[in-house]
This record gives sequence, C-alpha cells and structure tokens, in this order.
Amino acid sequence: MLGPDVAWYLAVSAILFSIGALGVLLRRSPLIVLLSLEIMLNGGNLALIAFSRRNGEASGQVFAIAVMAVAASEVVVGLGLIVAMSRRRLALDVDKLTTLRG
Amino acid sequence: MIVATVGNVIVWIVWIAAAFACLGSGLAVVSFQNPFYSALALIGNLGSLAVLYLLLSAEFVAAAQVLVYAGAVMVMFLFVIAYLGGEADAPWAGGPSWQVIGAVAAAAAILTEIVVAIGIKAGGRLSHSEHVGASFGSPAQIGRLFLTDHLLAFEVTSIVLLAAAVGGVILGHHTRKYDARA
Repeated sequence: MLGPDVAWYLAVSAILFSIGALGVLLRRSPLIVLLSLEIMLNGGNLALIAFSRRNGEASGQVFAIAVMAVAASEVVVGLGLIVAMSRRRLALDVDKLTTLRG
Repeated sequence: MIVATVGNVIVWIVWIAAAFACLGSGLAVVSFQNPFYSALALIGNLGSLAVLYLLLSAEFVAAAQVLVYAGAVMVMFLFVIAYLGGEADAPWAGGPSWQVIGAVAAAAAILTEIVVAIGIKAGGRLSHSEHVGASFGSPAQIGRLFLTDHLLAFEVTSIVLLAAAVGGVILGHHTRKYDARA
C-alpha cells in the first residue's frame, strides 16, 4: 500500500470524531449540533473504510454507504424539527428547550 | 523501484494535504460563529474526506460522498440556514464556563479512549495491509455485495429512508396546522 499505513487514517478518524463530539457538547445552536454530528459520522466512516482497506474486504465500504443513508435520514428529520421549532417561535438554543426536564 | 518511491512520496503529500484540510475544516465547523460559514466549512471537510477515501481505494464511496453529502445534504442545510436567517452565536460565550471546560474535557477523554482502545486491541497489526486488486472498491464490486451478501442491509436502508421521508412530511404538516390556528 502506497503512502501512510492504516494507523494514520485511524488517527485522523479518531481526531475527527472527537472534534465532532466537542461541537455537539459545546455549541448551543441546533444547526451546528447537527453539522457536528455529521463530522462524527464521517469520522466513523473513515475508520470503516480504513479497516476495509486493511483487511482487503469491501464489506466495510458497503457499511459506510449504509451509514451515509442513515446520516441523510437523520438530517431530514433533524432539519424538519429545527424548522418546526422556528415556526413555533421557540428559541433556537438547545439549552433553553427544557420542557421535558424532570 | 524509483517509480514506486516517487509514487509513495506523492501519495504522502496528497495524504498530508487532505488530512490537514479535513481536520482544519472540522475545527472551523465547530468554531465559526455564523452557521452559514460552518456549513461551507463542512463542505470542505467532506471534500477532503473524499480524497482520503480515494487514497484508500474506495472510489465508489468517494463518489457517493461527494454526490450525496456535499451535493444533496449540504444544499438542504444551506437552504434551512438561509430560511432561518442563520443567527450567529459565539461558540464559547453564553453558557457557564464549567460547561466549556467540561465539553473540552469530555472530547479529550473520548479521543484518549479511542486511541487507547485501538492501540491495545490492534496496535502492532495495523502496519500490515492486504494486497488488493484494481477492482477493489469499484461500483461493480460494491453493487454485487449489496445485492448478494448485504441484501438485508440494502432493504433496511430503503425502509429507513422511507421512514425519514414520512417523518419530514409529518413534521412540516403539523406546523402548518399550528400556524393556521394561531
């Protein structure tokens, strides 16, 4: 295999996943939380594809495409929720949505 | 021999550029104030990830990444951000400072955990990788796997997409009724 070996790709994938986790925990705008979720999913996808290359087994790539479809569905529902929130004039701030707090 | 070395150097250069673009644009998504710029940075992130997929000889996934993510999903994001007006909020300000510290600590803990888990389970064996043929990751191979070994995953994916489409319609419908009453 030319270039860096799989461990380097896995390092990028781990850092990408934690950047996404940082965004989900840190930001309060639900739009940016969704964008950070996409980064986390892509970190997972990169790990899947790196392991698939390492084992010479293309099933990992099939799984990555399934993850892509799940991410697309998640975006549809998430953006639908955000638009519904803004139509009801709720604050677009995940810290202020406390109706379900026990 | 010389050709192989030159190829290796070129792949390293492309890899370093793509990896740094990927991580830098990821950080930009998290730290930009304006959600519009965050979405644009995410497009850069997805593009550089597609380059990394190509280096891992996953051509079909790279193409699907650009088409589905950077094309369809990001257009939808940009539409919604334009519709909502994209209010800016500073990433660090607003909440109490212990929240910021806690978030950074939790992300660092996740990173350490991943690195330690992979290092313990697979540390020495990662440098070896199988030799793959030219057809590895081609649309033909992925399509054959989808329709033979992974047929169930293929069908379940279609149900997930259908459920998401129905969910999107229902979410939009309810708000319209609510607006009419108000």
